[in-house]
Amino acid sequence: MNPIREEKIAFFFLFLSTLLVVIPVGLIILIIIKNGLTAISWEFLTDVPRAGMRQGGIFPAIVGTIYLVLGAIIFALPLGVFSAIYLNEYSKKNILSRLIRLAIINLAGVPSVVYGLFGLSLFVIFFKFGTSIISGSLTLGIMILPLIITSTQEALQTVPKEFREVSLSLGLTKWQTIRRVVLPSALPGIITGAILGIARAAGETAPLLFTVAAFYLPHLPKSIFDQAMALPYHLYVISTQIPNIGENIRYGTALVLLTLVLGINLFAIILRIRLRHKKRW
Amino acid sequence: MVKDNEVKIKVKNLNVWFKDIFALKDINLDIYKNEILGIIGPANSGKTTFLRTLNRLNELADGFHIEGSVYLDNKDIYAKDIDVNELRRKIGMVFALPVVLPFSVLENVIYGIKERIKNKKKILELAEEALKQAYLWEEVKDRLYDSAYNLSGGQQQRLCIARTLALEPEVILFDEPCSGLDPISTFKIEEAMVRLKNNYTIILVTNNTKQASRVADRTAFFLMGQLIEVDTTAKIFTASKDKRTEDYITGRFG
Amino acid sequence: MYRIKELTIEKIIFLCGIITILFILLIFIFLLKEGLSFFKTVSITEFIFGKNWYPVSEPAQFGILPLILGSLLVTLLATIISVPVGIGSAIYIAEIAPLWLKDILKAFIELLAGIPSVVLGFVGMVTLAPLIKDLFGLSTGLTAFTGSVMLAFMAMPTIVSIAEDALYAVPKTYKEAAFALGATRWQTIYKIIIPTASSGILAAVMLGIGRVIGETMAVMMLTGNSACIPKSIFDPVRTLTATIANEMGEAVVGSQHYFALFAIGIVLFLISFLINIIADIFLHKKR
Repeated sequence: MNPIREEKIAFFFLFLSTLLVVIPVGLIILIIIKNGLTAISWEFLTDVPRAGMRQGGIFPAIVGTIYLVLGAIIFALPLGVFSAIYLNEYSKKNILSRLIRLAIINLAGVPSVVYGLFGLSLFVIFFKFGTSIISGSLTLGIMILPLIITSTQEALQTVPKEFREVSLSLGLTKWQTIRRVVLPSALPGIITGAILGIARAAGETAPLLFTVAAFYLPHLPKSIFDQAMALPYHLYVISTQIPNIGENIRYGTALVLLTLVLGINLFAIILRIRLRHKKRW
Repeated sequence: MVKDNEVKIKVKNLNVWFKDIFALKDINLDIYKNEILGIIGPANSGKTTFLRTLNRLNELADGFHIEGSVYLDNKDIYAKDIDVNELRRKIGMVFALPVVLPFSVLENVIYGIKERIKNKKKILELAEEALKQAYLWEEVKDRLYDSAYNLSGGQQQRLCIARTLALEPEVILFDEPCSGLDPISTFKIEEAMVRLKNNYTIILVTNNTKQASRVADRTAFFLMGQLIEVDTTAKIFTASKDKRTEDYITGRFG
Repeated sequence: MYRIKELTIEKIIFLCGIITILFILLIFIFLLKEGLSFFKTVSITEFIFGKNWYPVSEPAQFGILPLILGSLLVTLLATIISVPVGIGSAIYIAEIAPLWLKDILKAFIELLAGIPSVVLGFVGMVTLAPLIKDLFGLSTGLTAFTGSVMLAFMAMPTIVSIAEDALYAVPKTYKEAAFALGATRWQTIYKIIIPTASSGILAAVMLGIGRVIGETMAVMMLTGNSACIPKSIFDPVRTLTATIANEMGEAVVGSQHYFALFAIGIVLFLISFLINIIADIFLHKKR
């Protein structure tokens, strides 16, 4: 075949496969927005579920998700950032650090439902936290820990090693060097990673199934040892467990969850693009 | 000009390896107070490694191993009780390419002293003095709060010199400080170096033999990790004892 | 004084590193602790090759073969769909798309990566399942095929972004050399760029598979949840992940059923471990 024609055909199919990925994304988002908007009202966002979740709102689920995500990030961010600093700046390059790196990569690939099992056995049963916000937060926190560690490490690696050398040559200690120049330079990457971690934690369902989630709890949790509803789990429940529920309530819940998670993601993407343009070295 | 009796740094039987590779072999060298010692030699001859041994910056590299001793004012800088950070403040260093930090001009100058000196007025005084010594004050006094990245290459390198001077060091190590600069910037930096000699001991590693002949009081020639010879600059350039030195200076290799 | 502060902070940083390592170990230890007690009563062969999963009947049967086959079937189907499409779009994005379009496409892929799996499961239930039911004249739209289509879609961000990175990493000089020899862009792509990036692309495929096997919510909502050995791709199936998610809520802590679900967790852990190691080897071959 004529190579020019061959190229045209090949490029057409490549373009087609790209459309096959991109168009459904747009469609899914559009369908949810179109059908979900009719359900959204002040009452829907601020009222508790009523009549077996067939009426009322999703307020406790929204609050539950916010608590869970806050808890997860409070736990995972400092631990993850410090661990990444340890791995990147302090640990020597030896077999142990290679093993740790491998373990973190693997941890990132462990199915989220397995994290749920872990959370159940360690936090709910072993530490006797019961199914509670704290169990769920810690489970989500451990799930996003690898993400935060890897993104922080990547951010630390983009800081030129000359910055560290200059700083040390000026008599600053290692920690002063990290605090004064390495961390500030790596901050955009660390923040982006943290935000993506938040988005991931906000959208996950499987780790919550046995660690925190309440099927139906029409009041707000009073302490971190209470059970709570969560937005993704609530969507799962009303889509599969409750017959004869209005479509618009399902779509509305999906829309709120999607807006929350994609909003956080979008924020991270924009932040990253803007900070990338600002970078000077 | 050279005060033979006042030894500032004494290097004795110094050997350095990185992993299994010999980087410096049996170096013995005295560096006098208030002199400029030029160090010349081809690439990979151990010049920069030698320089970094003097402020213990080599320790950051993997597999660094040292034997022998380096004395600063008769104290072994590799002794256990030495505070490395204190040492690096006494022995300042200016790198080959200007490494300005992602802050303002002023923040760059005071980077090394801010942690120790809490008196703001004192800090500003030191910064101004350092910038003046580096011949940069007039050019930047109105833009101290601008990003240091807005300065030209030559200005950036002088900013790095000022940053080192602000520490009030005793010795300054220059590692090919003009390698990326145009002749005018190079001239300004050389001029600064010659004046700085009155207050500091200076060691200048350079790829440019002419630069050594212009500013150095004495010159040392390194080849393949060894110190071939060291003498007054005039002697090295006109009547070197070793054939290899002459070959290098006349451009037969390197 | 500052030396004490420095040492304290170093200790804290070191401690955080240790805690992270500890958690990694704990995940493994706790899964093993709970899962291995299951094998005191049931042998491994009985567990892996048993054809019946009746965890709550009397006597209970704990054969996970139907679950393994369910997972394999949806994974295989999803891989068949997602690999050509995903790599095709990676090539388009990396090599063909103009710069402005590239950024938009990448943003879309990232958006897709961000959509929670429970949302995709829900959308699949209300749109995809009825469509497949009507299209193939089935009694239910919740089948292995339905789940696979959605899973293929969910694996896209992983496959596309990692494959695109691999393609992008091919040195420009290779391309220029091929152009200089008179090759067309397409010839350059499939003769030079794809072979050079092949190990990175394989890593992308492996990680995509890992994503599919570990996926829980969407698959649970879409595949019909029937723990039988599937005979056709239009049968309802149940995967390993969905079994855990579905049944752990009702399993009595400390019962055989509870331990069996942890044993499934170990199986999943080992599978994902294996896939990640292989992907990591491919990724490092590239450099």
